[in-house]
Amino acid sequence: MRTATETPLLAVDDLHVEFRTRAGVVKAVNGVSYSLNAGETLAVLGESGSGKSVTAQAVMGILDTPPAAVTGGQIRFKGTDLLQLSEEARTRIRGEGIAMIFQDALSALNPVFTVGWQISEMFRVHRGMSKRDAMKKAVELMDRVRIPAARERVNDYPHQFSGGMRQRIMIAMAIALDPELLIADEPTTALDVTVQAQIMELLAELRRESGMALILITHDLGVVADVADRIAVMYGGRIVEHAPVHDLYRSPAHPYTRGLLESIPRVDLKGRELHAIAGMPPSPLDLPGGCAFHPRCPYRRAACASDVPPLYQVGWTRGSACHYWREVLDAGRR
Amino acid sequence: MGRYAIRRLLQAVPVLLGSTLLIFLIVFALPGDPIVSLGGDRRPSPSVVEVLTEQYHLDEPLLVQYWHYIGGVLFRADLGSTYQGVPVADLLASTFQVTLRLTLMALAIEAVVGVGLGVWAALRRGKAVDTMILAATLVLVSVPTLVTGFVLQLVLGVKLKQWTGLDVFPVSGVGDGLRGYILPAFVLAGLSIAYLARLARTSLAEVLRADYIRTAVAKGMPRGRVITRHALRNALIPVVTYLGADVGTLMGGAVITEGIFNLPGLGNLLFRGVYERQQPVVVGVVTLLVLVYIVCNLIVDMLYAVLDPRIRYE
Amino acid sequence: MSSGTLARRRAGGRHKKRRGRPAGLWADAWHDLRRRPMFVASVILIGVLLLMAAWPSLFTSIDPFDARTCELRLARQTPTPGHPFGRDNQGCDLFARTVYGARNSIVIGMLTTLATAVIGGLLGLLAAFHSRWADAVLSRVTEIFFAIPAILGALLIASTFRDSEVDSILLVVFALTILGWPMAFRIMRAAVITAMSQDFVTAARALGAGPWRIMTRHLLPNALAPVIVISTINLGGFIAAEAALSFLGVGVRSPDISWGLMIAEARDRFQYAPLPLVFPALFLSVTVLAFIMLGDAVRDALDPKLR
Repeated sequence: MRTATETPLLAVDDLHVEFRTRAGVVKAVNGVSYSLNAGETLAVLGESGSGKSVTAQAVMGILDTPPAAVTGGQIRFKGTDLLQLSEEARTRIRGEGIAMIFQDALSALNPVFTVGWQISEMFRVHRGMSKRDAMKKAVELMDRVRIPAARERVNDYPHQFSGGMRQRIMIAMAIALDPELLIADEPTTALDVTVQAQIMELLAELRRESGMALILITHDLGVVADVADRIAVMYGGRIVEHAPVHDLYRSPAHPYTRGLLESIPRVDLKGRELHAIAGMPPSPLDLPGGCAFHPRCPYRRAACASDVPPLYQVGWTRGSACHYWREVLDAGRR
Repeated sequence: MGRYAIRRLLQAVPVLLGSTLLIFLIVFALPGDPIVSLGGDRRPSPSVVEVLTEQYHLDEPLLVQYWHYIGGVLFRADLGSTYQGVPVADLLASTFQVTLRLTLMALAIEAVVGVGLGVWAALRRGKAVDTMILAATLVLVSVPTLVTGFVLQLVLGVKLKQWTGLDVFPVSGVGDGLRGYILPAFVLAGLSIAYLARLARTSLAEVLRADYIRTAVAKGMPRGRVITRHALRNALIPVVTYLGADVGTLMGGAVITEGIFNLPGLGNLLFRGVYERQQPVVVGVVTLLVLVYIVCNLIVDMLYAVLDPRIRYE
Repeated sequence: MSSGTLARRRAGGRHKKRRGRPAGLWADAWHDLRRRPMFVASVILIGVLLLMAAWPSLFTSIDPFDARTCELRLARQTPTPGHPFGRDNQGCDLFARTVYGARNSIVIGMLTTLATAVIGGLLGLLAAFHSRWADAVLSRVTEIFFAIPAILGALLIASTFRDSEVDSILLVVFALTILGWPMAFRIMRAAVITAMSQDFVTAARALGAGPWRIMTRHLLPNALAPVIVISTINLGGFIAAEAALSFLGVGVRSPDISWGLMIAEARDRFQYAPLPLVFPALFLSVTVLAFIMLGDAVRDALDPKLR
């Protein structure tokens, strides 16, 4: 674990994001904090609507404002609060310092430009390279993300590639300028299972080679185990548990995490009834008071409906936002 | 691409034949002998009637007449002649210039003003400017050409001259080169400006919400570049195709505008044709307009394939 | 499952909650519309215009068809008490003529809209629903009609039959309908094809519903909305087209009154006596505006996606 004096690469501190819609104010992110050192991989886990993507978009500065508004907190990248920077300064950091890839590469790539044009644009705009040199770099990058026959395909359009290849092109674009941080927002959700594994492998490999940090946003516990160093679990716009990946798998300290782990089908438990978390995820328009998870929680007491649990320190390296985390932890060990 | 073009061209043939036949039927459905009414009070001599009847196949069934006509148009580029013997092609050539100039100027105005307003509104979506542009387009759609024509003629043509002493916009005729076309072109473009502005606004607003725009921002592209390169390139696809298809509509509408401003264009010719019962002239004018419409639509289809790579390989 | 619930599901869950009671697509739209100023304004305007068309004598005591009310020596008189718009080139009361002009515009607009919607709608339904063969033929036919500039086509039809015994108003309706129906056809055909590809129609088919039931219970309720919207907007367009035809001398003929005809009669002396042209032009524009506004508002209310 880091020492107190070291500046983390990225530190999100008590971030609040709201969406002001016709139907009312949606509090999408309610005081999220996490930090990440250079070269580290953090997995952010949660269902849709938990605020995991919104947090990442706030870091990237690509929220649609309005309706979205960052109403509090700090996002420090190498010590500088991004929220205080001018739009020009933030634009320079995007792509150079922090890059991002998205879930659906087909809609995330511009349909009317060739993939070569879209990759080489990074070099032309950020580095002022000539068209020809930038195109050469684009071919190199396509090779690096292992697109077969890169030289021939550089002038093809996104719709001419398969889903996995398109996601590789997104990745090539994102790593073009060697960013220190890559945010991958559900990078494999839209892909076939076999292709998912290939893309995760590619990401892990690129991360090892370049030493960049990675934030992996996903709702799929299975995806993160091999890749992530630490996991942050989000629910109702808050982080409910964060822990090194193996600790979390071995002994969850939050009932929600526990429920998630128990609902994964396992070969060794074949034939037994699969566990499911009771109830439905809450609407961000109308979050339950107190702990947002309490209506679905098997451990709930009276206090859960009224007191918002802080992120309790669990040992040196973990945190859990559950009043009764000890019980959960003990139940898991038994 | 080539095969696609040929296929579209072949599809256009029945449309051309069908619409000219339709016009032919409408125009010649009129009872009465056009040649008898030709000389006004003096009846033409029987020999003249005979020659003309022979020449125009007037004694044969309508469909046969049509066959002779369309055969001439397609294989000999012969559009026939008036009953006085003036070739329709000559009449069309001189008047088409006027209408074409008017239409092209209106198209240019439409493109600049319409796209400008639409893009401006889309970039200020929900703000006062957006609301004002939307309201203005609504009014523009609602005020008939007839009304805008006379109002602009009065205010910009007549009153402006009275107040300033300068003849900025001549109100009728084409004596002053292209200057005489400015006012009628604005009037003609009015309705299309409104539609185009709305189309451009909707299209750009939609594109600005697209995922690939978010990607461009995430790539660290400056806002100006995101809008001009990434967004407009996509948003203008429907706009450009609308413009292409609008050429035919503008030419049709030019008839009324020419009437208001006394421009000697196709509209003028058509009127004379209608009132003087010169069916070959009437059919010629409409056939020409149908041809323009078909050619424009072909160009639009090709343009679509050029602008949108997703269409190209289907 | 009734078509009402299905329609509501299509309209989006957001509406369902609003009052906690079930409502259909149209009920949702109505709920939304009542609070749109554009809708309220257009409905009031159209109400006044309909009243004007039905009982013009409510608005003016002068009968413009009575030649004794015209005084040629007072031609082009500017507004005076009792003659709020002044007098036209024949010395007739301009206000009375403008008010009485509403009837022909409204009647022609409505009849043409009805005729195009019925003809185009039925053919569109037939093309989408019946067979590929019918679809191919009808679609080619509409392409032919689209190739002819509408106002020119109407001009030719109206001028061809000008000397026949046909009533001039019906002739205008006829001419505009011939050129106008393909629009309703295309909208209806597209709407039915969209509706047919939706899951609930497939489900109804799988459950053994007959073609008649599918058409009347599932397709029509969903496909009718766009046709009604386009028809409302087109109504304004047909009124403008009537004015253009009358202006060109092939539409409504004197002694009948029409705004287009009034504009044509006033144009010669328009540069120094603009009022006889301005007032019918104003009424014409406001009428067209009212219908387009109504159509716009209804479309926005029916299509939650556009918000």
